[in-house]
Formats: sequence, C-alpha cells, structure tokens
Amino acid sequence: MRILRRSMLFIPGNSPNMIQNAGILGADSIILDVEDAVSIDEKDSARNLIMHALEEVDFYGCEVVVRVNAPSTAFGEKDLREITPKRPDAFMIPMATEEEIRLADAIISEIEKEEGIEVGSIKLVPIAETAYAVESIADIIRTSKRIEAVLLGAEDLTADMEISRTKEGGEIYYARNKIANICKAFKIQAIDTPFADVSDSKGLIEDTLKGKSLGMTGKAAINPRQVDTIHHVYTPSQEEIQYAKSVIDAMKEANKAGKGVFSFEGKMIDAPIILRAETVIRKAILAGMLNEEAMK
Amino acid sequence: MKINKVARAGTMESSDIFIMVQPGDNQGLDIRLSSVVIDQYGNHIRNVIMETLKSMNIEDIELTANDRGALDYTIRSRVETAVKRAL
Repeated sequence: MRILRRSMLFIPGNSPNMIQNAGILGADSIILDVEDAVSIDEKDSARNLIMHALEEVDFYGCEVVVRVNAPSTAFGEKDLREITPKRPDAFMIPMATEEEIRLADAIISEIEKEEGIEVGSIKLVPIAETAYAVESIADIIRTSKRIEAVLLGAEDLTADMEISRTKEGGEIYYARNKIANICKAFKIQAIDTPFADVSDSKGLIEDTLKGKSLGMTGKAAINPRQVDTIHHVYTPSQEEIQYAKSVIDAMKEANKAGKGVFSFEGKMIDAPIILRAETVIRKAILAGMLNEEAMK
Repeated sequence: MKINKVARAGTMESSDIFIMVQPGDNQGLDIRLSSVVIDQYGNHIRNVIMETLKSMNIEDIELTANDRGALDYTIRSRVETAVKRAL
C-alpha cells in the first residue's frame, strides 16, 4: 500500500470552480472526470482544462487521477496522449477489459518514453462495471503492472446485468465480494462504488460499512459531503490503533526473549493477529495518525 | 495560424471565462473584455489572453471575453480551446 485511498472524489473535468478547490475537500484522491461528467461537445474543452490544471493548480498533495474515455475510442486515445505529459498520478479506465488496459498501458508507455517520464510511474485504476469485467478482473489486473486499485462501478454493472440498483445493495454483494477478494490476492486496493443519494447520510454510513465488511479498502464519492463519513469508516479508530501498538510492543518483547508464540491480555497471539495489527499501524501512519519514526 | 470561423469556449459560471473568437479584420489582436473584476485584474487578464494568442501564432483575431473571475490556467485553457475550434 503506497498511499491510502479511503476516498476517491469525482470532480467534473470541465468545471474550473470545482477543479481549483478539489485539493481542499479532504479526499485522499480526486478524480478529474472527462468521461461521464462531460458532454461529447465539451470533451476537447475539459481535456484542455485538465491539462492546464495539472500544470498550474495546487492540489495540496492530494492524489490526482484522471478518468479518461475508453482508450479504444478516439476521445480516449486523445485523452491519454495529451494528458500523460502533464503527469497525473493515475488514469482511471472505464468499462475495463484486458484490451482496454493493454491499450492504455501501451499509449502511456510511449508518451512516458517520449517525455522522459519514468516508465510505469503513472498508475492505472480500472473500473469493473460490466459482468465481464467482474468475472475477468484477475486477468484484467494481470494485464498491467500499473494497476494499483480497482473501482467497482455498480450503476453500469447493474444496467449490464439488467437488474435493479437498490440502496440495500444486495444485488452487488457478489461483485463486491469478488472484487475485494481478487484485489486482496493481488495486494492492490478495492474501491467500492459510490453511494448515489448524497442527502442520505445514514444510508451512506450503512453502505460504506457493508463494503468494508467484505474487504473493500476505500469508496468513491460523488459529493464532497460524503468524504468525512467515508474516512470515518475506513480510518482505524484510536482503540484499534492502541490495541495494535500494544500487540506490536508485546511481539517485540517476545522476540527479545526468544519466544515464537506469546500471549497478550490472556490471548494467544499468532501470525494473523500480528498481521492485522501491522495493517492497522500502516493505515494509521498513512492517515497521519501515527508517526512512522516513533513506531521503529 | 488563421482563424477561419466563429468559435466559443468556456461558460458564464463563477470562476470561468466565456470566450468567443472570429476572424479578424487585419486589426491584429482585437480583444474586447468584460469582467466582474475589471478594475482590479483587467490588464492582467488582457495580458494572459494576448500571451496565449501569441504562443499559438495568432496574429489577426477578434476575441470577446466575458470573465467571471477565472484564474490564469482557465483563461489560457478557454482561449486555446476557442482558437483550436476556430481553425
């Protein structure tokens, strides 16, 4: 895990007002969107605005991802060719398939070489938003070493499946489960689909908890108001951090004493519990809640 | 480069600038600017537009700009888009 992506906030790519304020909205990642948020007549305008924004706007250290149009389309190829020299942190690829990812990777590599950018430094986040993508997500991930996370896109997925999208989300249980599990297998992040009703804060909490309980590591947001709630769910609590620190301290003591297995607070501590504690500590450090030096 | 037709870019939303360009009448860079911050930043906005046009090798153009408080990157971008659409 290089960076935390608890929240990935969509920003319309043709709106200067939203773009220039995106870095102060608190999200871990912002997604400048030149796909669904932009009409066909304005693709050129949004692409150009994003290019200039990447050069001149201060995003205050926020990860900047650009959602391009599908790379196999004329718009998508142009998006990748023109925006890559401006060095976004990552591109989000809609309607992901192996072929779309292969194409995106090849175009980005070509431009990176031309521009003297380290090849492979610009990352990819495919969107699994078709039945095919959910079923083939392992093969899609294998297509490019640039992939650091997968976003589940439930609106398009349920349209593809010809099923209703509900607030309860029972219809996407399988997709969430599969994406989370495969992402974990590849040690990349699984980003949950956005919650569409921005006025329903209780529903957002429940939906975010559901994703987390299945192994999702973050959630996309479509409104800045959703960011705090998502962070609250995906950030370790003080109690979790304290317990994890205690486990790690006890482990260090046990190691000094030459003990492989040890007990802590009356409970036998083994590898899975240590792994869980280390994960909590790593997330807390990335979230700025713990000092890395102090943990050494 | 030569402006061949009328083209527009940008919007009238806050922080944006609406640009309309059309072929010039051999008058050079003819810029007509209105802005909500004309007293404070009028000269600066005009300069950003001029520099952008020069960087695109435009020598003859009639450009109308209606600024709603756009930052420099937005001004540059909207001028570039309008010009590219007019070529």
